[in-house]
Amino acid sequence: MLLLVCGLGLGSATALALTAFQSSVEFFVSPSEIAAGAESPGRTLRLGGLVEAGSVRHSAPDGHPLVRFRLTDGKASVEVSYTGALPDLFREGQGIVAIGAVRPDGTFGATEVLAKHDENYMPKEVVEALKKSGRWNPAAGPPPPAATWDTLKVKSAGE
Amino acid sequence: MTPELGHFALALAVAIAAAQAVLPLMGAHNRDARMMAAAPALAVGHLIALATSFGCLVWSGVVDDFSVFNVAENTSSTEPLVYRITGTWGNHEGSILLWCLILACCGCAVAAFGRNLPSSLRARVIGVLGFTSAGFLLYALTVSNPFLRVWPPPIDGRNINPLLQDPGLAIHPPVLYAGYVGFAIPFAFAIAALLEGRVDAAWGRWVRPWALGAWCLLTGGIALGSWWAYYELGWGGFWFWDPVENASLLPWLAGTALLHSAIVVEKREALKTWTVLLAIGTFSLSLCGTFMVRSGILNSVHSFASAPTRGVFILVLLAIVIGGSLLLFAMRAPVLAASGIFAPVSREGALVLNNVLLCSIAAVVLTGTTYPLIAALLFNAALSVGPPYFHLTVVPLLVPLFAAMSVGPTLPWKRADLLPALLRLWWAAALAALVGIAVEAGLRNAFAAGGFAAAAWLITGAFAELVERVRLFRVPLAVTRARAAAQPLSVWGAAVAHAGMGITVAGIAGMSMAASTIVSVAPGSTVRLGGYEWTLLGLHDAPGPDYTARVADLRVTRDGRQVAMFHPSRRAFTQQQQTVSDTAIETNLVRDLYAVMGDERNGQVVLRLHVNYLAPWIWLGALVMAAGGGLSLADRRLRVGAPARRSAATVPA
Repeated sequence: MLLLVCGLGLGSATALALTAFQSSVEFFVSPSEIAAGAESPGRTLRLGGLVEAGSVRHSAPDGHPLVRFRLTDGKASVEVSYTGALPDLFREGQGIVAIGAVRPDGTFGATEVLAKHDENYMPKEVVEALKKSGRWNPAAGPPPPAATWDTLKVKSAGE
Repeated sequence: MTPELGHFALALAVAIAAAQAVLPLMGAHNRDARMMAAAPALAVGHLIALATSFGCLVWSGVVDDFSVFNVAENTSSTEPLVYRITGTWGNHEGSILLWCLILACCGCAVAAFGRNLPSSLRARVIGVLGFTSAGFLLYALTVSNPFLRVWPPPIDGRNINPLLQDPGLAIHPPVLYAGYVGFAIPFAFAIAALLEGRVDAAWGRWVRPWALGAWCLLTGGIALGSWWAYYELGWGGFWFWDPVENASLLPWLAGTALLHSAIVVEKREALKTWTVLLAIGTFSLSLCGTFMVRSGILNSVHSFASAPTRGVFILVLLAIVIGGSLLLFAMRAPVLAASGIFAPVSREGALVLNNVLLCSIAAVVLTGTTYPLIAALLFNAALSVGPPYFHLTVVPLLVPLFAAMSVGPTLPWKRADLLPALLRLWWAAALAALVGIAVEAGLRNAFAAGGFAAAAWLITGAFAELVERVRLFRVPLAVTRARAAAQPLSVWGAAVAHAGMGITVAGIAGMSMAASTIVSVAPGSTVRLGGYEWTLLGLHDAPGPDYTARVADLRVTRDGRQVAMFHPSRRAFTQQQQTVSDTAIETNLVRDLYAVMGDERNGQVVLRLHVNYLAPWIWLGALVMAAGGGLSLADRRLRVGAPARRSAATVPA
């Protein structure tokens, strides 16, 4: 009897976990992968990259703040749009992670933008994207500061 | 000089902890009374050395000794005094030292309150605590030393992360750590029992207060952390399923299961092996929670940056402590023969169900938290498990747990009939159904309806057993009062703790009805949200001790009547070149008005506004749960000291 109860509990927990995984695992992708059109629209993804300097555009259609910017891994860049308040550490040249889905027109609609609370910290996903795109070889030493990754001059978003 | 004294005291603490690990365990093995008797003195010496060490670190922060690397990195002279003190544990090295200090306190607590334990058991418990302590102190001394000097000393420190400059976060780590580390005592009892080869009802009675004390602190610590995230991070939510949050939830779930299975050991001498395993598991999860997250193995917003040597050291240490104890368990567990057979429908049967469900929840949360790590190692896949996974897995397991939570306590021990128990709860069930239907009809929000129904069921059901015992409305009120006073405190404690869970569930259900919007507005304009009009009156600058703030003046009215005057702000910390939003919250316990200020651009400012219903109930419920645990602890029958002694009034922590 005891074993039956335990088995039922563990069994249902496993079944729940497996079904939940199918629908709610968010894969990490790089801007190159999105630009190549490999991702199907609608599925929730985590897009990591550096905010391209000079690409941030703010507007407020019908009173709600809309931010558009391009995320790059040095090889390709993707247009991201986001309605909402940006994290305090969102800056041009900064590594960020955008959670959202690809839109039919190939842009990325973010529902959440994450920037870690240390200006020297680069999210693991961004590091992976930079390594994949060949912009940084970890064997050659630590990554240079995020701000120097982009070719354009970096301005602080706070200005 | 002070840092060197601290460094020396730390080294001394390692030596004493090593002695505390070896002598009592050897003494207990060889039945050498003199060696066993050394245990309490060593535990006290260990605590004194470590307290000195910790005091030196705090002092270095207070007097701004920037030649100490740790102080220079984490405080600055412009900071208020309180944050220079709390900055001590706002970083990796200091927090490890605090962790060890609390572990040393646990050893001392067993020495002080465990006088009635059999001498060999007490020696073994203190010895196991010393062993654990020695390992982590060695870690602190070798690869995570907070007393290292830097030359030349910087003129000023780098300052603590502004997000951490907050009273809630100042007390959060000590309370949470006390909860984590507190489970070291049940763990030590479990290891000692395996070494002794005996677990009986008395063992269950000795373990339970310690587990209960740790559980209360952990409950409080988690609630504080969640409250901090709510008002300081300004994301409008209270739980984000971040690895560090999950890491604190896991030992809580296992610890809750432990509390309940220890009752079965105490009352029925059953589930002994399982309880020992749970005690080991709870502390192992606590260890993983503190160190895996802090060492940066799991990617989290809370993780401190860390060197690889530390990660390896920690992994080896965790492998020794967790692997060693599990190995010992595998070798010795068959010795702990089960006695007592029991029927599935009985109090102990309900407690088994509680354990199965709580452990299932812990298992799915653990899977979701570690899956990104497993996927990265095994399949080289970069992925993340979001909140939907946790909602889809945890909520279906909570439904039977909540259903059983009210039924279980009304069942008698040994053998029970389900039908009479359910009949006694008809009014709780009717109330829950009524609440659920009313909410569903009024709001068309199935989650809220289910949540409120569960809350009503839990709160009324929690007191069903008491109502039955005092025979409310069936005998004169005076008799009821006399009967209520005669009930043991642990019965009251259980009822209060279960009701606390109900309050928290009501808060979570209320939060599901929250309304929010993000707007970009110019001064003078008005936004409508949740039946309130929010008017931005103006913006101004205000200086702070180590920041300058940009403050928005926000007036909230309802039907033309002013409800609140709000000042959300953005603080620019010059030293760290960081900007932190300061959330403004106005609460009347039923609804929170919540405003966060964002970027200011072209004369317009971004505002995030929320109307959160019943939000404070979430943490209030957790407090009630902890208070219920405290009530239970105050029960004289449960006290660690002699049941006969009235003077042993201090509650073990």
